[in-house]
Amino acid sequence: MNKILSVFTVLAVSLLSFGNSFADDTKLNGAGASFPYPVYSAWAYDYSKISGVKLNYQSIGSGGGIRQIINRTVDFGASDAPLKPDELEKDNLLQFPAVIGGVVIVVNIPGIKAGELRLDSNVLSKVYLGEISYWDDGKIKQLNPGKALLHKKITVVHRSDGSGTTAIFTDYLSAVSSDWKEKVGAGTSVKWTVGIGGKGNEGVANYVKRVGHSIGYVEFAYAKENNLSYTLLKNSSGNFVEPGFESFEDAARSANFDPKKDFYLWLNNAPGKNAWPIAGATFILLAKEKKESNINVVKFYDWAFKKGDQTAKRLIYIPLPLSLKNKIRGYWKTNRVY
Amino acid sequence: MTRSKKNFVDIFFLSISAIASLSVLLLIIGILYVLISESSPAIEKFGVWRFISSTDWNPVKGSFGAATTLFGTAITTVLSILIAVPVAIGIAIFVTEIAPSFLKGPIGAAIELLAAIPSIIYGMWGLFTLAPIMSNYIEPALQKSFGRLPFVGMLFEGTPMGIDLLTASVILSIMIIPFTASISRDAFNLTPTVTKESAYALGATKWEVVKNVVIPYSKLGVFGGIVLSLGRALGETMAVAFVLGNNHQITASLFDAAATITVTLANEFTEADSDIYLSSLFYLALILFVMSFVVLAIAKFFILKTEKGIK
Repeated sequence: MNKILSVFTVLAVSLLSFGNSFADDTKLNGAGASFPYPVYSAWAYDYSKISGVKLNYQSIGSGGGIRQIINRTVDFGASDAPLKPDELEKDNLLQFPAVIGGVVIVVNIPGIKAGELRLDSNVLSKVYLGEISYWDDGKIKQLNPGKALLHKKITVVHRSDGSGTTAIFTDYLSAVSSDWKEKVGAGTSVKWTVGIGGKGNEGVANYVKRVGHSIGYVEFAYAKENNLSYTLLKNSSGNFVEPGFESFEDAARSANFDPKKDFYLWLNNAPGKNAWPIAGATFILLAKEKKESNINVVKFYDWAFKKGDQTAKRLIYIPLPLSLKNKIRGYWKTNRVY
Repeated sequence: MTRSKKNFVDIFFLSISAIASLSVLLLIIGILYVLISESSPAIEKFGVWRFISSTDWNPVKGSFGAATTLFGTAITTVLSILIAVPVAIGIAIFVTEIAPSFLKGPIGAAIELLAAIPSIIYGMWGLFTLAPIMSNYIEPALQKSFGRLPFVGMLFEGTPMGIDLLTASVILSIMIIPFTASISRDAFNLTPTVTKESAYALGATKWEVVKNVVIPYSKLGVFGGIVLSLGRALGETMAVAFVLGNNHQITASLFDAAATITVTLANEFTEADSDIYLSSLFYLALILFVMSFVVLAIAKFFILKTEKGIK
């Protein structure tokens, strides 16, 4: 009997302390986009060592993150797709970018190494629409004089699951091609006209690696880690740029993130001279009325903006440029959470 | 123990088990309720027949139809059953009738271990190991041997990539073999030894005993096992998600990517960004729920019928 009693006591005590841990401010609950999960958790690990605040981040996808913060079940939501100011207004939310990711085009053509193939938005949209289906198409040859491009069929690879990467990529194509905008449009999942679907960035990377004469789009980190041949892309100032920290940062610096519009912006086709044209920020969503937990979330991101750049770069994310960080701090002040 | 105390224990036990079993019923009703209420916007917008027959699945334009996913679900399920059932019955015959007794245990355990492997592992294995094998060796060979035949050739058109209906069905078949195999084995074991021995005494060969005695005696049990596998194949998600491509299209070729209900749910649920999109996904789930319910009810019916027949 005594034994049973002691078991119950232990259970009760541990349950009580478990219940308490939800209430105190040493814990932050977040949910959403899976793309920034590695960097958020790395930041959280370092941050907990100096502040004792633990972050519990569920990477359930951007759509899930938006729903969770609208239902107020988490302290912050995370989304790769920014919400429009009127949507934020409707659900009483704040929004700011946290880190930047780039989408790169990767190809598998025997004999062509990383950074050798030049593409532009016109060719890219026609390839993904199925209108250009061979590598020796005149439009591709014109961009790549002197390259030996064979008469081989292009295998188009896209994501099979809904994803922020797809949202960024299709938003870019919609911005550059009215044909694309009309026939397919932009979204986390779209109705592809050609190609095969891989699940996740790893699925796309795997298929591009394996299938000869293929083309795909992946997050920058996956292209680097899998040693895939990325292509150069013509940006809005007419330069062929190479994907990398510099060109992503240039895109972020030259883009007009506006605090008055709650930073609503797709980072595609930024005007910078060396800006990589396909990029996107991933965003944090806060519930306006949750003043106390908002201050804790903001403290965490403020710390990450100050100390987290090296960690982000190590994990192949692009930290926000200083000017943007300062704009975000201003936004926090205006909304009295800083 | 006094009589009254025993009574009390009995009543206590009775009520606990009654509550437990009733809660299962409540849970199913609860799931059905959530599925219906969440999918009601889509049901209102698209109706039943229009949703089932439309092949248009376009999240950007907010237009949804289930025909492509129903097609993929049907093809992968039927194909995986076609591959799995002969193998599974062969295994069951070997284990019950042919294998020496020292082999029965290890083979039985190995079969059941197949059922214990998580489906995500089948998916990763499918993506990294099976898909390259399919696209490099098996599918080109199939294309070479059957590609030119009239009608049949249509099934093997296109470029073999390993992300297609065939690869998905092969993975599914491996996953459902244990179900059919172990239920068939149990059904075969129910054949009375006396009947079998009489057949042997009359001079029947092993093949004749299996064909004329064991299989007819247990066919309903085997059928129940097949339908149970069917239920499993209908609902399998992660393993198929990795190798099917989630392309919403209806194709004649087995070498094309497709989508099933479960694959669509797994791939698109977390990022579904509009209300009608989410509701349509719930609508798909409702259809799958009803389908699996019917299939499992049929299986249950046949298994019960065999058991009665034996008594």
